[in-house]
Formats: sequence, C-alpha cells, structure tokens
Amino acid sequence: MTTATINGSEVHVDAEGFLTDYDEWTEELAQVLAANIGIELTDEHWDVIRFLREDFPRQGETATIRRTSTVGGFDTKRLFVLFPKKPAKKMAYIAGLPKPRGCV
Amino acid sequence: MTEEKVESTAPVPNFDGGETDRKLAIICSKGNLDMAYPGLVLGNAALGEGIEVHLFFTFWGFDMITKKRMNNLKLTPLGNTAMHMPQGLGGVPGVTAMATAMMRKQIEAVGVPEVPDFLEQIVASGGHLWACKMSADMMKLEKDDLYDAVEGIINASDFIEIADGAQLLFI
Repeated sequence: MTTATINGSEVHVDAEGFLTDYDEWTEELAQVLAANIGIELTDEHWDVIRFLREDFPRQGETATIRRTSTVGGFDTKRLFVLFPKKPAKKMAYIAGLPKPRGCV
Repeated sequence: MTEEKVESTAPVPNFDGGETDRKLAIICSKGNLDMAYPGLVLGNAALGEGIEVHLFFTFWGFDMITKKRMNNLKLTPLGNTAMHMPQGLGGVPGVTAMATAMMRKQIEAVGVPEVPDFLEQIVASGGHLWACKMSADMMKLEKDDLYDAVEGIINASDFIEIADGAQLLFI
C-alpha cells in the first residue's frame, strides 16, 4: 500500500491503484478514477456506484455482479454495458472499494 | 479530464491490458446437482473478466437445460466417498432427497443462485448456451423442451467449430 496524490488529494492505494481506505473516497475522486479507465459517469453509473458504497459497510466486502443485480436491483446486461468487459472490478475501482471476494 | 490524470500519481489498474480474444468453452456432461455448478461458476467468472464463454450441454448435462428437469437436479451420496458416510446408507430411500436439500441450502447460504437463475445470469452477461444434438435425439427432446436461452441444438462438429481457439474444459 502506498500513498498517492489524485487530483490534489492524498489517498492510499494498493499496487494496482485501488483505493484502500473507504473514507478517503469522494465523488470528485470517482470522476477521476472513472476517467482513468475511460468511463464517463452518467446518472446510471452513479446509481450503481452509490449502491456499492452503501452496501460495503453493511457487508464488509464489495458487492459482486450477482449481489448488485439481486440486492441492488440493477440489470446484469446493463452493468456489462455501463462498465464494459470487467464490470465488477471497474465498479469497485471507481467506488474506491477492493475487488469483490465472492466467486459469484 | 486529461489535466486531472496528469496530477495523479496513483497507478491505474490495467483492465484492458493483455486483452486478447481469449475464449472459454465448457462441456457440461453431468446432471448431478454438485456437478452442475463447476461449469456455471467458472463460466460466469470468465464472463466477468471479459472472456467469451460457450457452454455445451451433453448427455447427463442435458438435465441442466431441460425445462422439466433443471429445477430438480439431485445430489446422491452413492459412490461418493467424499460424503464421508457409510456407502450402504446412500441407497436408503430418502437419503438422496435429504442430501440434495442440504446442499441446496448450503448453495443458497453462500448467495449462489439455483441452476435456472444461474443460466439466466450467464446469458445476461453475454454467455452462449448450446445443446448437443445426439443427446437431444437420444432423449427425444426438441428446442421447445429446453431452456429458452439455449441458442441451438448443434452437433459435435458445430461445437468444435465454435470452440475454435478456445480454452476447453470438460466437466
């Protein structure tokens, strides 16, 4: 874990660049993180990111695609459109959370 | 946004790095509840990594996509030493039902869906489902008897063509 500066804020990140401290995340940071991986955040993206942020403290881990769909009520197909190719990891990265641990 | 990128000293995950036309083909040949899951879990995980996935259902694996059977797969302790119970018990009436109910509960407890729901998720994630022609002929089943999202009943050479360049798993 190292300290890095993103958009003027000092944050802790892991070797890949995922934020490691839940409380260091801000919506402004999310914009930058999303842009880093070529995603421009729309309201639809934000709904998903906010669900992940709310769910994490309850569960102690990042929601998988399955959980985002069954508990969050988001359509799996849309998640693959909004966060192409690797939705679970991209969602987690933008939301400042670790990669999901669950298999499904 | 480019300005902000310049200000960042954090590494950026290489989500699209090493992107190839990686492809995974899984042959599902078993109809037991326990053996239905490995293919589904791995196929689903691969889809989540942006990999093209094809599932080919053959022989006993047909139960996973046959409308009448897919909700009712079973687990039997018979012949399965990993269940760690006397082999004779496996043949006692009711034991298969009990073992099945227990396993379903355990699967549910870890948030893993039932087989039909799992197939739905796989299809929603872009996965492809194929049924084996020889199995369909033997079991006298037609497209209408199969889970709706199955794309087609195809023969062995069709599958070999689809699996061109794919990593292959036989389960």
